[in-house]
Order: sequence, then structure tokens, then C-alpha cells
Amino acid sequence: MTGELPGPAPEERPHPSGRRNKQGIRIDPQAEAEPEIRREVLSALVDHEPGVLAEVSGLFARRQFNIESLTVGPTATDGLARMTIVVEETGPGVEQVKRQLRKLVPVHAVRELDAATERELALIKVGDDDPAGVAAVAEMYGGEAVEAGPEVVTVELTGTESEIDAAVEAFERFGVREVARTGTAALAGGTEFTAHETHDNE
Amino acid sequence: MSESEPERTTDRDEAETLPTGASSVVTALEDAGVEAAFGVQGGAIMPIYDALYQSDIHHVTMAHEQGAAHAADAYGAVTGEPGVCLATSGPGATNLVTGIADADMDSEPVLALTGQVATEMVGNDAFQEADTTGITRPVTKSSYFASDPDTVGDTVGEAFALARDGRQGPTLVDLPKDVSNAEDVARPGPAEGPETQDIPDEADAEEVSRAAHALADAERPAILAGGGVIKGEATDELRQFAVDHGIPVITTMPGVGAFDETHDLAMEMAGMHGTGYANMAITHCDVLLGVGTRFDDRLTGGVDTFAPEAEVIHVDIDASEISKNVHADYPLVGDASTVLRQLDDALPRSPDAAAWRERCAEWKDEYPMDYDAPEDEPLKPQFVVEAFDEATDADTIVTTGVGQHQMWAVQYWTFTEPRTWISSHGLGTMGYGLPAAIGAKVAAPDQEVVCFDGDGSFLMTVQGLSVAVRENLDLTVCVLNNEAVGMVRQWQDAFFEGRRMASEYPWGPDFATLAEAFGAAGFTLDDYDDVADTIAAARDYDGPSVIDCHIDPREDVYPMVASGGANGLFALQEEHL
Ligand SMILES: Cc1ncc(C[n+]2csc(CCOP(=O)(O)OP(=O)(O)O)c2C)c(N)n1
Repeated sequence: MTGELPGPAPEERPHPSGRRNKQGIRIDPQAEAEPEIRREVLSALVDHEPGVLAEVSGLFARRQFNIESLTVGPTATDGLARMTIVVEETGPGVEQVKRQLRKLVPVHAVRELDAATERELALIKVGDDDPAGVAAVAEMYGGEAVEAGPEVVTVELTGTESEIDAAVEAFERFGVREVARTGTAALAGGTEFTAHETHDNE
Repeated sequence: MSESEPERTTDRDEAETLPTGASSVVTALEDAGVEAAFGVQGGAIMPIYDALYQSDIHHVTMAHEQGAAHAADAYGAVTGEPGVCLATSGPGATNLVTGIADADMDSEPVLALTGQVATEMVGNDAFQEADTTGITRPVTKSSYFASDPDTVGDTVGEAFALARDGRQGPTLVDLPKDVSNAEDVARPGPAEGPETQDIPDEADAEEVSRAAHALADAERPAILAGGGVIKGEATDELRQFAVDHGIPVITTMPGVGAFDETHDLAMEMAGMHGTGYANMAITHCDVLLGVGTRFDDRLTGGVDTFAPEAEVIHVDIDASEISKNVHADYPLVGDASTVLRQLDDALPRSPDAAAWRERCAEWKDEYPMDYDAPEDEPLKPQFVVEAFDEATDADTIVTTGVGQHQMWAVQYWTFTEPRTWISSHGLGTMGYGLPAAIGAKVAAPDQEVVCFDGDGSFLMTVQGLSVAVRENLDLTVCVLNNEAVGMVRQWQDAFFEGRRMASEYPWGPDFATLAEAFGAAGFTLDDYDDVADTIAAARDYDGPSVIDCHIDPREDVYPMVASGGANGLFALQEEHL
């Protein structure tokens, strides 16, 4: 085919030796390490209206952000809801998630929580062959049976995500039939506001 | 117009309430300064059209909704204000989607208004129902569902402002028929963007100062001007900054027009089909000041080898672009012209870059965009583009389809002014050219408009000729006809051992005759001796004209950086790939 242009061929040109990694950061090839994946809890204050959940979850899906859980519920302010989103991303990935979230029109504020109070609620339905054993495990994890028999007991418990993981594992020996978990809800520690109109630019 | 047709008068100006939701929509458009709109009629949007009947807004009836969206996009690109398009529910709305997605990728301000089935029917799979907000959410800044007749005009105003402000882009308002038909509705207030969006202006002063010092210390500085320079109305500031401090300017494809290509400092476009000298400069610079660019992969090639020795200063109005594709060592979130002024104020001295400028000038000599055009061979497209450029004024607007012809147009036309290069950059939508030319001509009736199209691209939206004829738009389409979807053919030759599956179509129509069938003027061009005369005749014709220009079907586009490859390894011929 035609269309060639004059000039030195690729191998006749000088080429810089530097390189960037997948995140576009200039690197020392000897020292390159895969960036670490972090678990981060984000809180977003959003309009409490139809379509907002679809908008947020659609954003995560199309940008291939890894989320572990997402919960949403009303706040003390009419018309506003709070979303707690647990993401598993690299540092730059977490920054991208926050910035992309802030661009959505129904999103008022987004914040990453470090020292947060985190809780998740779980309902665990197990066999009732050993009611005393179930009660003991439930007590150990601060839970209680909320519905009993015939054949099954449903235990309710709250805790951090890892506490719930541990509890579900402990209940395995009674035969876990079904589990329903809410995902993590979180508030900032102390007098700090979690995600507030004024946090938008953090 | 028949005698009995009702008079178009308006007594809405002072009223507290408006007769219908639809009139509130149209009032919101008028209040926002909308002068033109592009659309196609249909059941669910009829109330809006009925309200437009009373309006001074010039409605351009399109032949296909995709064209309406592209026309609105080009209107937005030329004027800087949102272009408005309308479509009915269901297929009307889904036909708009390609054009909306195109505007989203290129940050063009577009407001789409779609009809929707009545609210109580939504979700029932009613006739011509589609989940328009659901379908368009991923390709808009925001997609609104109007649920209240008393606020529908405000919603339209908000969507208009959102499309226009900050990083521009498309927005959509879905208008259920009952909301449009509702009677006695509140008059909308002035158009205001959503309260949750702050639009940054000045960048962080400390970050500016750090960036300015890095730039002052650079030995091989370069500016990368993206489309954001044009959309942010920062071309004057950019030119001033580059010239005052002697910094070579590279552009992205949407950034073409941001810097006068005849200037000594102009390196022109970098990336896949950018110039050799731009790709050398971007590969070897040590500080790269990117302004209003998202570092798209067609520009960067493989990120690992992109400007591998450069510290990156990234100016963008959209914080989410910072470090998305290429890490920004100095992130400057703000308005392009404001931040350029801040940088200028903070710069302790101009970089000492005389040797680098010389190097850049040498690259221009080493990698010239020179092509062979033997008289006894078929026409070379590059020659035709240059001939058109020579024949026309500097403010001529060029639109294109997508493919080889698009690349020849951007490479061989010399762009000197912003908002004159209007193309489908990010989505790469074949069929963009003609409807974009229509939108551009409506936006700028006093500027000449030339559309370079491919035979494949032109066939995708050729029905737009009927619109150009009806509106008597004086525009010229030059089909660079290679009887193939040439860019695909080029890739097949280079990467698929020449297996030309589904890429050659020598049975295309005679475009000159086709143009005449639409009522436009048609010309055929296949000889070097006729180039100047044919161009003159087509331009002289008062109305739309089409030149079916038979070019060398073997011609390939170079330079070329293989997809994901290193910019510095650009090929100058197939053997280099
Ligand atoms: C809507 C759409 N479909 C398919 C493609 C893939 N594609 C990219 S370039 C190209 C060839 C375009 O052919 P033509 O318009 O004749 O232009 P040429 O390359 O021959 O100049 C094709 C098919 C596209 N970009 N857009």
C-alpha cells in the first residue's frame, strides 16, 4: 500500500529509557511493585430519590470499581440519604471513586472514613438440633435468636464485617441454611461529621 | 403557509402561570437563549412541538434522530452554548443515543429533550416506551425524568445550565406526555445548575507555585493542549503563555484549533496519527503541561512509554480526570484560562529551552508530512484536502466522518482558529460529518462549512442531505471515496495479513447522482487537473453540494502509532509496524 512518509525509521531514532506503570506513574523498573489494594469505607450524602442507587451502582459497574458492599438509608434530614460504600481499590483507585462520585448530580458530599464506627447487621438461619449450642454462640457474638423453630432458629447479630464473618463461620457447625447481611454502615468517630455538605471538596 | 394557519404570537412573557407543561419547557429554552433546535416529531413529543409552534426558536427538522444529536453537538461545539435536540419516546430516544454518547466523549454541550409515555404507563412496556433515562444515564452528565408539571421548566433550565457549565457535556430531560400536557403550570425561573456541582475556577495556589517552578526548571518543556482549552475559551491565554515563555505546543485531536498551526512553536497533533515531530516532542519532553485533556489512549499510546521522562502538570476543570490515565505530578484543578494566568504569575522565569526548541524544529524537518502525488496515478486525498484549505478562508469550519479521511483532514488542513475543527474524536462515530456540518452551518451561517467524509461514513447519515436542501444550507461535502471502509482495510493489510473481510465495497452509489436526487448539487472528481475547478464550482453553488472524489484506494494514513504502542515508534510506512 502507499502513503509512506519520509524520515528515520523507528530503530534509527533516540528512545528515552524511562517507563510508567499501569497507573501512569513514572517508575524505576528495578523497584516496581504492584500497588496495594486497600479496603476503604466511603460515605456519601445523596438525594433520597428514585434512580440514585441505579446511578451510583451503574457508575461502579461501568468504571470497574471493586465494591464489597453498599448500603443506603434515609438520614435525619428530609430528602437526603446516606450511602456507605466499602471499596477495595488501590490508592489512586479510591481517589477516582471519590472524584467520580462527586460528579454525580444527586451526590452532595463524599468522604473517606478512617476512624469510623462500622457496623453490619446479619440474620443467620441455622438448624435447631442443638438449641443450647446456638444460644451460646449467639451470645458469644452479642447476638440473639429472633425466631425459633420448627426445625430452624434465626439469629440476629450486629458487628463489624470481620466479626460477622467469624460468627457465620462459628455457626457453620449447626448447619447454616441461609444468611442475609446488610453490608457495612458507618459514621465518623467522635464529633466529626461523616459526610456533610461542607465536605464536598475533601 | 396556508391562510388559515393560526398566527404565531406569544402573550406568555408576563404571565405568572403558563398554559401547559410543554409551554413551560419552551419558555425555559427561550429564557436560556436557545435560538435553534434539531429534532424529529412523534407521538410523545408532540405537545412540546405544539408549544414550539408559538416560539421564535428555529426548529430544524432532521431526517434521523442520530443526525439531530450530532447537529446539536456541532452547534454546541461551534457556539459554546448547548445545542438542543428533540426526539419522541422509544425509537426516537434510542436513535439519539449514539449522538449523545458522542457528545459525552467529546464534552460537547448538548441538551436532549425526549418525549415519554404518560407517567402512569411508564413501566408497562407501553407503545413506544423505552427506559430513556436508564439508557442514557451512562452517557450524560445527568439524565432527568420530569415528574412535576410545575417544575418541568426549571428542570429543563437546570439541564441546560449543567450541559453548559463546568466540563461541558450532554444532559437529557425525559418528558412524559401527561407532564407536557398538564395545564396552568408555574412559570420557570432562570436556568441554574444543580446546587451539588461546584465549578472550580482558581487552582490551589501552592500547587500552582510548585508546578511553575518545575516548568521554570525544565530543559525540554512542552504544552499539550486539549479540547478543554477551546471549550474553556483559553486559546488566547494559551498562545500568550506559550509564546512568552517559548514552549512548544502539541495538541490532542480535540485540541486542534487551540493553537495556530502556522506558528513556529506549533508541533500539531500527537498520538496515533499525529505528526512525527509531535510524537518525538511528547516522547522526549521533561515537563509536560497538559491543559484540558484526558490523556486518551489514542493520544498516549501505551501508558508505559508515554512521555516517560516528563513530570506532568495537569490543568483540568474536572477533578476526576486528574491521574485517571496518566499520573499528574502537579494536579491543577480549575478553569483553563484562570489557571494559565495563575501559572504565568507564578513562573519565576521562562524555562531555558533554546536548545530544545531547536531540536523540535529539526524534527519538523526530519519528519515532514510530505507525500507523493504522481500525476499519472489516482488522486491523493492529501492533495484534495490541501487544495480545499487553500481555496477557503481561515475561519472555515471542517467536519468529518470517521476513518482515513478524518485523519487526512486533520493532518493536511492547517487549522489556525478555535472551533473550526469539528469531529467525532472520542467515540469515533461514522456518520458524524454531514449532520455536524448541518449543525455548524445553522450555528455559523456566515462561515463556510466543508465536510470531508468517507464513502462508508457518508452512507450512514446521507439522508441529512434532504435537511440541508430544505434549509438551503450552503455547505460542501467532499467524499474522499476509496470504495472501502478504508481505515479497516488499512488495518487488515497491516495486522491481518491483507485479509480484506467486509471492508471493500466498490458497489457504492454514484454520490453525485445521489446528491442530485436529493436536490443538492453533485460533482465528480477524479483528475488532478480538475481539482481546483471542481472545488470552486461546488463552493460557488448556493446550497448544499457534494463532490464524489475518487481517490487512490491504496492510500494509507501515516504516521501511525500501533494501538497501545510507543509514540516514539510511530511508523512512517507499513514495514515499520
Ligand atoms: C458507527 C461506526 N461503525 C463502525 C466503525 C468502525 N470503523 C472505523 S473507521 C471505519 C472505516 C470508515 O470508512 P469510510 O467512512 O469510508 O472512511 P475511510 O476510512 O475509507 O476514509 C470503520 C468501519 C465506526 N468507527 N463507527
